[in-house]
Amino acid sequence: MESLSQTIRPGAVNFKSGIPNNNFIEEVLLCANLKLLAMQLTLEFGGGLELLCNSLKIHKVNVDPQDGEKLTMKHLLAWVRTNLIKERPEMFMKGDSVRPGVLVLINDCDWELSEQLDTVLEEDDVVVFISTLHGG
Amino acid sequence: MPVYMSTVRTLMEPNGNGLMADEESKICSEIESLEAEKAQIDLRISALRAQLNSCNSNSNSVRKEESDVTNSGDLRPTGVSSNGQLSADMVYRYSRHLLLPSFGVEAQANLLTSSVLVIGAGGLGSPALLYLTACGVGRVGIVDHDVVELNNLQRQIIHNEANIGRSKVESAAAACRAINSTVQIVEHKEAFRTSNALEIMSKYDIVIDATDNVPSRYMINDCCVVLGKPLISGAALGLEGQLTVYNYNGGPCYRCLFPTPPPTTACQRCSDSGVLGVVPGVIGCLQALEAIKVAAAVGEPLSGRMLLLDALSARIRVVKIRGRSLQCEACGENATMTAQQFRYFDYEKFTQSPLSTSPLKLNLLPEDARITSEEYNERVVKGEAHVLVDVRPAHHCKIVSLPNSINIPLGSLEGRLSEISASLEREGGNKSVDASQGASLYVICRRGNDSQRAVEYLHKMGFTSAKDIIGGLESWAHDVDPKFPTY
Ligand SMILES: [Zn+2]
Repeated sequence: MESLSQTIRPGAVNFKSGIPNNNFIEEVLLCANLKLLAMQLTLEFGGGLELLCNSLKIHKVNVDPQDGEKLTMKHLLAWVRTNLIKERPEMFMKGDSVRPGVLVLINDCDWELSEQLDTVLEEDDVVVFISTLHGG
Repeated sequence: MPVYMSTVRTLMEPNGNGLMADEESKICSEIESLEAEKAQIDLRISALRAQLNSCNSNSNSVRKEESDVTNSGDLRPTGVSSNGQLSADMVYRYSRHLLLPSFGVEAQANLLTSSVLVIGAGGLGSPALLYLTACGVGRVGIVDHDVVELNNLQRQIIHNEANIGRSKVESAAAACRAINSTVQIVEHKEAFRTSNALEIMSKYDIVIDATDNVPSRYMINDCCVVLGKPLISGAALGLEGQLTVYNYNGGPCYRCLFPTPPPTTACQRCSDSGVLGVVPGVIGCLQALEAIKVAAAVGEPLSGRMLLLDALSARIRVVKIRGRSLQCEACGENATMTAQQFRYFDYEKFTQSPLSTSPLKLNLLPEDARITSEEYNERVVKGEAHVLVDVRPAHHCKIVSLPNSINIPLGSLEGRLSEISASLEREGGNKSVDASQGASLYVICRRGNDSQRAVEYLHKMGFTSAKDIIGGLESWAHDVDPKFPTY
């Protein structure tokens, strides 16, 4: 503890008091807590799916893991449906998965190459939902 | 014959210094060009012999043509001999390709003996056709049943104003021939259907899907699987584009990725949603590039990967997609898709959407809830008190709208009924009509579908006199005011 407090970064702030922090441990614990609570993900919608969520293509979101530790795609889809999809949810989902014609990419890889609905997400993952286009 | 041409050219060349050396090099180059021409004549003779053979053993069966893919008897591009030697003209025309260490003579010779079928001479097909012809693909086939229209020219850059009203295939073929007369351009002025698909496609090595609808995409995919052809698939809408290569070298097919067709409501068309012209242009160019790579056997074709273009944010992402699916109904282990099955497969029923691009015509309302644009015009001229609600999206109304119409997009109708009531009251009071009757309510949209949906809803909500204007602004332009802009 003593040695840690000597490695404190200049300018680090105690979140509780707002004054320069002399207790580094507290900050570390706080960060660890945040991480446990919510996972930061980047969600992208394309091929027209963005129209279902306020025409915004990129969403930086924090999602709570369902049982306090893991966050699966199945849970994320339910979360997206509740929190991001503003209209016509049937254009995004069918049952507990995406509707036919939507590709799901986790870190630029088709989710068919991982565990689809059972894929466990990690901090900073990028999940893309893209509707296939037919125009020409 | 070019032989005379080259002799003339030789005679006309000015004499320089070092007469002997000059003479020698002239003779050498003439020998070279004559030899190339001789090879060309030999080739033509063997091609004609092959043609003669195939005439004799007239075989129309798919199986036969399938095994014959690389040896299409009636095609022999000029300028390349069997040992891959290019004629002088070909060397000069394609010199910039030949100078590329990673392309060179071999790849060019592959191109010159290959054939590509482009299905759709629209936004994707236009640039694809231009590049394929320019780069020296031996034979290029064009399939389309449409005619050129003015509102095509913003993106379908192979066509021009002089060809408006002419068949797209004829127009595109003329443009291609003007660029490269040594490429054989084959015109298929017909819709691509299960009845003609196998016969047309079997004559080509590579297929480019440049169509604009879902049933065509499934049909072209299945035909490619049946005949074992690589499929270069591109699509564009709005400001986004997608590209991949299907059915190539053990990679996935379209059905591996999309075993179930999307709901019809998820299938937007360029004619409804719009498209920035250059976006299909970019994707069409990339389709030509992938076809060239496959035909020339260079590089890594985009198989098992998909390119996604977001033009607005200037981002291109290439993602890894699944491989061939063992369960695929077209190419999987127990797939039953054969030539016979393909011929009788109903793609419109399977995808619940039409192959033709003719717009939807709904008929939801009883006759007395509808009036024609001419009748509406008469009532306006008579000075009838009324409210006209335009239910198109707001950005449509910025293009053009009828005077005195209120824009309430169909999607927001529910929350804005009070505006309609207020307008009806105001109009009913203003004009000198019997107060009992009040103002009438008309609804209009672009083509007369959404206006019917709106009237149906308005009736339910108590606006029982609401009427829709049949055929929308398109019929207004057609029947009442020919100067009214259509889009
Ligand atoms: Zn397949």
